[in-house]
Amino acid sequence: MEMVKHPNMNDKSVKFKEEKGLSPWTMALQRLRKNLLAMIGLVVIIMLIIMAILAPVITPHDRDATNTKNKFLSPCSEHLLGTDELGRDTFTRLIYGTRISLSVGLVSTSIAVLIGVTLGAIGGFNGGFIDNIIMRLVDIFMCFPFFVMAITIAALVGPSIWNIMLISGFLSWPRIARIVRAEVLSLKEREFIEAAKALGLNSKDIIIKHILPNILAPVIVYTTLGIAIGILSEAGLSFLGLGVKQPKPSWGNMLAAAQSLRSLRLHWWLWIPPGIMVFITILSINFLGDGLRDALDPKLKQ
Amino acid sequence: MRYIIRRLLIMIPVLIGISVIIFTLINGMPGNPYSHMMDPNISAEDKENMLESIGYYDSMAVKYFKWVGRALKGDLGFSIRYKEPVTDVLARRIGNTLMLSVFSFILSALIAIPIGIISSTKQYSVFDYVVTIFAFIGLSIPAFFLALLMVKFLAFDLKLFPISGMQTIGRGYTGIVQLIDILHHMALPLIVLTLISLASLVRYTRSAMLEVLKQDYIRTARAKGLSEKVVIYKHALRNAMIPVITILSMSLGYLFSGAILTETVFVWPGMGTLVYQATLNRDYPLVIAGTMLFSVTILLANLFADIMYAVVDPRIRYD
Repeated sequence: MEMVKHPNMNDKSVKFKEEKGLSPWTMALQRLRKNLLAMIGLVVIIMLIIMAILAPVITPHDRDATNTKNKFLSPCSEHLLGTDELGRDTFTRLIYGTRISLSVGLVSTSIAVLIGVTLGAIGGFNGGFIDNIIMRLVDIFMCFPFFVMAITIAALVGPSIWNIMLISGFLSWPRIARIVRAEVLSLKEREFIEAAKALGLNSKDIIIKHILPNILAPVIVYTTLGIAIGILSEAGLSFLGLGVKQPKPSWGNMLAAAQSLRSLRLHWWLWIPPGIMVFITILSINFLGDGLRDALDPKLKQ
Repeated sequence: MRYIIRRLLIMIPVLIGISVIIFTLINGMPGNPYSHMMDPNISAEDKENMLESIGYYDSMAVKYFKWVGRALKGDLGFSIRYKEPVTDVLARRIGNTLMLSVFSFILSALIAIPIGIISSTKQYSVFDYVVTIFAFIGLSIPAFFLALLMVKFLAFDLKLFPISGMQTIGRGYTGIVQLIDILHHMALPLIVLTLISLASLVRYTRSAMLEVLKQDYIRTARAKGLSEKVVIYKHALRNAMIPVITILSMSLGYLFSGAILTETVFVWPGMGTLVYQATLNRDYPLVIAGTMLFSVTILLANLFADIMYAVVDPRIRYD
């Protein structure tokens, strides 16, 4: 089996290695860099995150400071986006709202991904009875009208930021579970999994060490887009008064100002800016998510 | 056919699961909804007896079976707020929601499919870019925010449309005037719903077409010297429609529940507004019936989508 070492051949193989040396992840990153919309999305998201972290530094006023003399001020140099019904600075609350809205999106999606990946991987890997049960559960959850269920549960458990995260997470895991299950089903027939089994690894180790790293790409794409869904559902629920509670500011509960017809008509600065923030955030996430999908799955690239 | 029967059989445990979860969840809501239905002058003991007799203290399982038994006979209970059978309350609202959602469904399909086709045949053209950007915008804007913007600018500021509701109250319009009045009220919610569903449908059509146009048989068709029109509308479109039809059938499931926020913003007297208010009022029988109806529609639409998929694509064989 000893190979004859030929200087030329050695050279070639080294060169060959250099060209091929890019990992799939580096290649995906390169593809992503070329996607203008995805890069715009990424930059905006990074800016939003910085804004959320630096909220106390950027904002000119105290988040909850009320001033009854300055109710419903329209935008001016002192209050860039005016003030609300309690005289609080809208701009300040908008910036702090970034924290709440982003974290709701992030936490709820993490919950969904955690449940979805676990159940999807277990079902796909084991098959049989367990898989059947999990898939029926997925079918059941897939039939729930997301928003109606969310409203019902929110009314049941009461409005709070933690409840929103839990509700949104628990209602949106089936999609990711399906994706993961399908991936695992095809992966487990592959030789390297056979090899892992032959080596005597137990299912848990095979799933965690050998299967999960290989299904990371769809999970990343899903997670990105899932965060958008989380932010949207926070906005919708808080708009209806079933989400994040005052005085904590979130984009959704700032939008709830528009529930009053008077504010809807006269005080645009109370609800249009948070609406635009939600829109820009979702748009950027969609840009990035779409770019990620194209970058991570070259087969889909058009 | 065997496949359809098997699919119907799988539906049964799913249906039971849905009803158990919804029922337990809603019955777990705090508060006694019957308290304000009773005469405040009766004694506490009589109150307890009344609650006992309507089964308020039964265990969840007993309640569930009683409810299922009645529901199978078409009795969905008695609305606490409207003081009439739930079926009557729902029946009054279903039409309004259907009117709105069916119209927006048809409109968005009629607009989206041609746009998607043109966009895919002229990939990377200005038209394609504009369509793609607008589709992204439509996917990213929260429906209720778009609705609020429309109310503010088109209804309040420009006074082009009524602000809310379905009819001008207190005018007693009849006949053709009433119809025009309803259409006038319907315009804004219809525009919002259509724009939102338009966006995703355009994207689906476009990517389905692009996928098909890459296939070898399209190149063969072109090589045969067929005109571009025949290639696109006869060869490509038929195959591209397979996923689009599936998506359309699945979106039928959201006919009732998809518009809940939009309905709420426009105070459209449909199912969405009804169930939302019923939740706030703790009108359990109505919430359970409404949520069940929504879920069953989605379940049936998914089944329909699967069947359609098999019907339009002879390559798919289930057995």
